[in-house]
Amino acid sequence: MQLRTFSIISLCLLLAGCSSGGAWGWYVIDPTTQQGYNNIRFLLNGFGSTILLSIIAAVLSMCLGLIVALPGMSHNRWVRLPSRIYIEFIRAIPLLPMLFWVFYGLPVILKSMGINANIDAFWGAIITLAISDSAFTAEIYRSGIQSINKGQTEAAKTIGLNYSQTMRYVILPQAIKRILPPLANQFIYIVKMSAFASVIGMQELTRRANELVVTEYRPLEIYTLLILEYLVLVLIISFGVRWLERKMGADESK
Amino acid sequence: MAKAIEIKRLNKWFGSYQALKDIDLDVSHGERIVICGPSGSGKSTLIRCINSLEHHDSGQITVDNIELNQNKASIAAIGAEVGMVFQQFNLFPHLSVLQNLTLGPMKVRGLTKSEAEERAMRILERVQIPEQAQKQPSELSGGQQQRVAIARSLCMEPKIMLFDEPTSALDPEMIAEVLDVIVDLAEEGMTMIVVTHEMGFARRAADRMVFMDKGEIIEMGAPKDFFEAPKTVRCKTFLNQILQH
Repeated sequence: MQLRTFSIISLCLLLAGCSSGGAWGWYVIDPTTQQGYNNIRFLLNGFGSTILLSIIAAVLSMCLGLIVALPGMSHNRWVRLPSRIYIEFIRAIPLLPMLFWVFYGLPVILKSMGINANIDAFWGAIITLAISDSAFTAEIYRSGIQSINKGQTEAAKTIGLNYSQTMRYVILPQAIKRILPPLANQFIYIVKMSAFASVIGMQELTRRANELVVTEYRPLEIYTLLILEYLVLVLIISFGVRWLERKMGADESK
Repeated sequence: MAKAIEIKRLNKWFGSYQALKDIDLDVSHGERIVICGPSGSGKSTLIRCINSLEHHDSGQITVDNIELNQNKASIAAIGAEVGMVFQQFNLFPHLSVLQNLTLGPMKVRGLTKSEAEERAMRILERVQIPEQAQKQPSELSGGQQQRVAIARSLCMEPKIMLFDEPTSALDPEMIAEVLDVIVDLAEEGMTMIVVTHEMGFARRAADRMVFMDKGEIIEMGAPKDFFEAPKTVRCKTFLNQILQH
């Protein structure tokens, strides 16, 4: 924690030091001037989309991941197989090609099936992020659930609970403590990967920075601010994760 | 009258290892059976087959006239009649003692919360730890945890109880309190199969002793005959080793 605070401060000092040099032209986002103020507002307005995009994608990914993970733990290999194939396949596709495929390719398939659906940038990005990430969340669920002692499942069975009751009342409440921290980490990953949505025209943080660079010709300052924007977002989540971990750790030691 | 449990020519393999070889065993209603034998002899596997925690490969298991097969209905029907207590207690650590006891009755038997809690408290009285109801399992001693585990099974009102080395994970000073509870149950007429090395308990509570070795039933008989005049060498050797202490 202290190390992190220290590194943030030193980074700020570094930037401040640089700003006195000739390479930097902070006027472009200087809030005291009208133009700078407008530019900053334009850039910061991307937070809404980035956050909304990340949250919806993360929630979908968590649901999808669970749906994929549960059959993946079956004793029956034929039930297990589709889950394994899904995970191996999705994990192997880089995010950007998948994004192109969903945004440009999927509507063609839908059209050939008689569905005239246009996938806009927002939902295209969400679908791609959610699917891409679900392979990882599925593995997080699997390892969390499998780390719960087999005796718990057996005890649940001997008092007559069926599979879904066992999951709901016995296994998941225990596994959630081990699943949540890595799941939250995965959320940080989604926030960062949401930057790819800029290439299909989604007006989030990165897209706005790109657009401003084109008109202002100050890539250094604008992209520096962009990085700081992500840094702030990720740090907030990261503090949240730590708080969560402490809370759960305290629970566990009870 | 039908038997509580009938087992005929039961075989169980783990890969190429045969864990159970042609097991035949009948248990009458109200009968108390103690199974003993060296580790790896198949005792636990046998009772785990009865409540389908393990699937047997061939042979027949009938509990209260219901034949156990891969059919989910038969597994559920038998599961409803058979309670099980594990060596490692396997209490649900995220639930309080009371919640451990009421989960099954509420979710499986459809009792209301107050009915389930009333039943749970009655049974906690029986195992003599009603004052622990609101605690978490981790706050209890091993002996208390195992008594909660027994109570959790009893809350489902089983007709048959299986005990898989119920005292093996306990500190010596806690063994008696758990065995007392099991003896009480036995005296109330519960049908039970107990896998244990506690021979004092066996003499006190068993109607019949079963000695297993290498997946087979080697010897079976009343405790008096079993302890005083074992018929086979293997059984004699085993008893000598275990009774020396």
